[in-house]
Amino acid sequence: MKLSEKPKWQELPLAASIVEPATSLEYKTGDWKTLKPVVDTTKCIRCATCYIFCPEAAYEENEEGYFLPNYDYCKGCGICAVECPAMCIQMVEEEAE
Amino acid sequence: MAHRTGIEVSLAIAEAARQAEVEVISAYPITPQTHIVERLAKMVADGDLEADFITVESEHTAMSAAVGASLAGARAFTATSSQGLALMDEIVYLASSLRTPVVMALANRSLSGPISIWNDHSDIMNVRDAGWISIFANNGQEAYDLTLMAYKIAEDHRVLLPVMISFDGFILTHMIEPVCVFDDEEIKGYLPPFNPPYKADPEHPVTFGPVGVPDIYTEAKKQQDFAIRSSISVIKEVFADFEKEFGRKYKPVESYMAEDADVILLSQGSVYETTEIAVDRLRKEGKKVGSAEVRLWRPFPFEDLRKAVANAKVVVVLDRAISFGGQPGPLLGEIRSALYPLEKKPGVIGVTAGLGGRDIMIQDYEKMFEYGYNYLKTGKEPEAVTIVGLRE
Repeated sequence: MKLSEKPKWQELPLAASIVEPATSLEYKTGDWKTLKPVVDTTKCIRCATCYIFCPEAAYEENEEGYFLPNYDYCKGCGICAVECPAMCIQMVEEEAE
Repeated sequence: MAHRTGIEVSLAIAEAARQAEVEVISAYPITPQTHIVERLAKMVADGDLEADFITVESEHTAMSAAVGASLAGARAFTATSSQGLALMDEIVYLASSLRTPVVMALANRSLSGPISIWNDHSDIMNVRDAGWISIFANNGQEAYDLTLMAYKIAEDHRVLLPVMISFDGFILTHMIEPVCVFDDEEIKGYLPPFNPPYKADPEHPVTFGPVGVPDIYTEAKKQQDFAIRSSISVIKEVFADFEKEFGRKYKPVESYMAEDADVILLSQGSVYETTEIAVDRLRKEGKKVGSAEVRLWRPFPFEDLRKAVANAKVVVVLDRAISFGGQPGPLLGEIRSALYPLEKKPGVIGVTAGLGGRDIMIQDYEKMFEYGYNYLKTGKEPEAVTIVGLRE
């Protein structure tokens, strides 16, 4: 059941339970943000601090071992930018991209 | 075959839970309920009952663990009274909205304060709207039978709701009564194995109790209310099957000499049996009186109530709790509202008695009928709150 489908009460699973796993992936929270983190891979030391601290688990490791945010789920909280020991993450206004 | 034996009512309830083959008991001791879980703890310790007895630090946790166990697919039992039920309150609401068929034995005791360990119905009235199926037992036999039937009702896939069986604290819990107890073999198979449509299973992950955003919450509540309202047909079915199989009859609304009665005294719980004695006495004096009981409190049996009191001129409602500043009795308010849509309806007046364990004597019941006759003659209602047996 997807929220967007707005089920009738007869269609709602028992007690509004979510009976399919991992449906939260369909709920993209990326449009909540006003600032987005931009990683400068030339300064990045691939320490994975951003990956560990991200409360949304939005950072993903790429083939070269760099950790980059998935903007579909990043809410723009900025924790990664504060915690990054290499100071390689800038919070940038989305419009100003 | 079943054998009739003298047994403390609390222990009969524990016996029913054992015969229901409960798998998890999660409870905290509180007077006057303690003997039930004490006995169950002993059964588990002695190996007479294969169940997990979860010792908890509060009733809030007792109910939480029972709900969790039920979601994991176990048949769960708990018991409490008064302050214990009040402390459970948050999870009492969750048990019904999560549709967990937990069964709770509720030894009715008054709420503090002043502190009272004795009987009235203030504890159950506090959870009246919590979404549980709620049934009153008036004696030990009924408490025993209804505890078994409770699982049959609760776990039915057309229902899937928690059930509380209420019985008066001390008046019943600590009384040794003759109870017809089933032999294990006789009752084995009465309850099919508990098989919920969803359960916490790593192979088939389910999220129970997620956030209900404004787009979902309304539909979830309608679904829940529909379930409890529709459960009345299943409850009647379980009552009828039990009667057919074991010969003891239960009805959502009980009545005694009510068919031709001018004045009916309506109550709940063990006092109902005493009202029958008062009826017998007054009938001997030629007064056309009767008595009735709303045994099934939730879902409220509107049609059964209307039928049971339709021919009366006055219904005197006896409340065992006060709705402070309100109706003034929770039962009175329900009865008035249930009868209001009828074109031809009896007058309904209310009295309160038996608060915090005060005994209600036969003369008190006669006084209640007198209020009914006064109303019939003068149209004058007793003032709110009229407490029979009050010193003033």
